[in-house]
Amino acid sequence: MSADLLKTIDRVFEEHCGKGVREAAEGGAWPAGLWQALEDVGLTTAALAEDAGGSGLEFGDAMLALRRTAYHAAPVPLAETMLAGRLLSAAGIAVPAGALTVAPVHGADRLEIARGASGYTVYGTARRVPWGNQCAHVVVAGECNGEAMVGLAQAAGMAGSVERNLAGEPRAEMHFKAAPLIAAAPLADAHARMGAEGALLRSVQMAGALERSLEYALLYANERVQFGRPIGKFQAIQHLLAVLAGQVAASSAAADAAVEACRESPDGFMVPVAKARIGEAAGRAAEIAHQVHGAMGYTREHNLHYVTRRLWSWRDEFGNETHWQMRLGRMIAAKGADALWPMLTGV
Amino acid sequence: MHEFRFEPVELPPAAQELRRQVRALIAEEVARGAFNPSQHTWSSFDADFSRKCGERGFIGMIWPKKYGGHERTALERYVVTEEMLAGGAPVGGHWVADRQSGHQILRNGSERAKSEILPKIAAGTCFFAIGMSEPDSGSDLAAVRTRASKAEGGWKISGTKVWTSSAHRAHYLIALVRTAPKEEDRHAGLTQFIVDLSRPGVTVRPIYNLYGGHDFNEVVFDDYFVPDDMVMGGVGKGWQMVTGELAFERSGPDRFLSTFQLFLESIRQVGPAPDDRAANDIGRFIAHVATLRRMSTSVAGMLQRGAQPNVEAALVKDMGTAFEREIPEVFRHLIPTEPALGPGASYPELLGMTMLQAPGFTIRGGTREILRGIIARGLGLR
Ligand SMILES: Cc1cc2nc3c(=O)[nH]c(=O)nc-3n(C[C@H](O)[C@H](O)[C@H](O)COP(=O)(O)OP(=O)(O)OC[C@H]3O[C@@H](n4cnc5c(N)ncnc54)[C@H](O)[C@@H]3O)c2cc1C
Repeated sequence: MSADLLKTIDRVFEEHCGKGVREAAEGGAWPAGLWQALEDVGLTTAALAEDAGGSGLEFGDAMLALRRTAYHAAPVPLAETMLAGRLLSAAGIAVPAGALTVAPVHGADRLEIARGASGYTVYGTARRVPWGNQCAHVVVAGECNGEAMVGLAQAAGMAGSVERNLAGEPRAEMHFKAAPLIAAAPLADAHARMGAEGALLRSVQMAGALERSLEYALLYANERVQFGRPIGKFQAIQHLLAVLAGQVAASSAAADAAVEACRESPDGFMVPVAKARIGEAAGRAAEIAHQVHGAMGYTREHNLHYVTRRLWSWRDEFGNETHWQMRLGRMIAAKGADALWPMLTGV
Repeated sequence: MHEFRFEPVELPPAAQELRRQVRALIAEEVARGAFNPSQHTWSSFDADFSRKCGERGFIGMIWPKKYGGHERTALERYVVTEEMLAGGAPVGGHWVADRQSGHQILRNGSERAKSEILPKIAAGTCFFAIGMSEPDSGSDLAAVRTRASKAEGGWKISGTKVWTSSAHRAHYLIALVRTAPKEEDRHAGLTQFIVDLSRPGVTVRPIYNLYGGHDFNEVVFDDYFVPDDMVMGGVGKGWQMVTGELAFERSGPDRFLSTFQLFLESIRQVGPAPDDRAANDIGRFIAHVATLRRMSTSVAGMLQRGAQPNVEAALVKDMGTAFEREIPEVFRHLIPTEPALGPGASYPELLGMTMLQAPGFTIRGGTREILRGIIARGLGLR
């Protein structure tokens, strides 16, 4: 991807995502300036194919861009918008402008889609819908007479109570009571696909946040002086940072591998690998980054918390490590040990 | 700050065919009862199997044809090595010569060394050992005290090497030796020599290891004569060569697949319908091994491009060996058994053997602590 796009993203965040914007977003304000700037540079449509209204980026580059926004701890539903757009375009539905989200994403929540005289409607409750209270539209996945479908609904007015994840991102309860769908179309395994694509995008985001956590920790280790020298000169700190760097590098590699495998649709092997591996790295890395920062990292003053609170949230969204590991473990156990190596090598 | 980018690499089109060839060789050998894959690691010695690998062109793959090589790419070689390990092939005979010694000779050896030795390595009939460690020089490799002094037409070596794996089965070893007194620069004055173990003046004595096996040795030099054309890369160039070799030594699939056979056997033991806990632990290891493989392949790509990915290699080895060591520790909880002493013919023996080998994984080839120091230097902290 062009270094230019990364620079553009960095500049957007420098201009539109100061501490004030972040804190206001956590307080419930919509960061309109930041969102507008992301739209202006084409990021909100970056994961779509060009004929579906995309900005002409390769999927891999779109994911690198998403990763960079997570490096900046973006307080906006960019991943959700990308995910919703990809589901719509996979089902052949036109993607509307503006912020989008998806439902249902939590636990055993399921939605029902019904066909009536005046079109499709959706029923049910979806909990912890990311940014459900602040998006214009929501893409729902559900079954209609046993057929898997996705549909597009207005989000305004659907959100009930709003919780926040550890990073202060809104997670809304949405109630659909025969809510009309603007469009609906069949999509094979729609709900599973939503979950897998969500896991993929969270993995990519975590890889970006992890990179930042390492950068913060290295900066601090070189700056902070105790016993007459920078703490980074102590072997104990050096070894912590070496472990942190390993977790970050592994996450980066796992995210790249998953993105490569998921250009068209989510891959049944690499998505679980990435979400599980990166989810584990998130916990270990956040622990180390905080240990290196001492009390300073325990404050709201230092910016470390913007990435670590996201890591602690994202690793549990769209399936935690256990969820995906059990799936992988069962898959291989059922096929037999001899299936593992061919699966790893693709031959 | 060093940026650790494990760039994706695309495996060459020939990879698929090579995989099939290696799998076919292993299947043939297993079918005729030559070995049991679950009992083997990359340090298992089997001269017969090494010769077969040589015949099929699986050794010295990237070397020029005029030295017996096959002029294939580093990534093609990578594919063959990982297939050997995943298949549990006893590659210990030729492993070191193929992985690092031959490569050193090709780049730094005299014409005689190249034309006499490389074709034999490639044929799978000539094995090497690594003569770096000494009684007083482990992690601090530059502290080696084995000395060589100039003699007519060559050098005379005296001193002691230890932990020299396979020295009792190898034909040669490459020894790191002091050829000039220690100066301010501790890394100066070191030279590497090719030592022919069949010549007089060198004695190999067994050192029995944790599981009671004879793998490594003490090697004593007493005025052992090496001709000038068995000096590698010039007098005083030893340190540079040793450090250049380490990226080859550290990043390969042998640094995360040592316990892969136990992993596979454990999946078999758990059976087709694991409970939640077993499924979770198996899945976690799969996520780890898939990621490590990606990283290791990426380092192979860097080596192919001629880069010196020493830090990346250290990182893969640190994470890879931690992964290898975790496998017995986790499965002992899932499979109700007690580890048993023995060569690995049953699951309890395989578990027991792996447990007794595991402590070596994070020591051989550079300890975990030394690797983390290298990574920290890469991060700009030292
Ligand atoms: C199975 C096996 C096979 C081997 N095969 C070979 C071989 O074929 N050829 C060969 O030359 N060698 C071989 N070795 C030796 C191996 O390279 C050394 O064991 C290794 O380099 C460590 O040296 P040491 O054992 O002397 O430990 P030491 O260097 O004495 O280290 C002891 C402990 O102190 C730690 N330590 C040392 N220095 C530092 C430091 N600066 N900071 C923090 N911690 C430190 C180490 O990490 C370790 O935990 C083999 C070893 C094993 C276990």
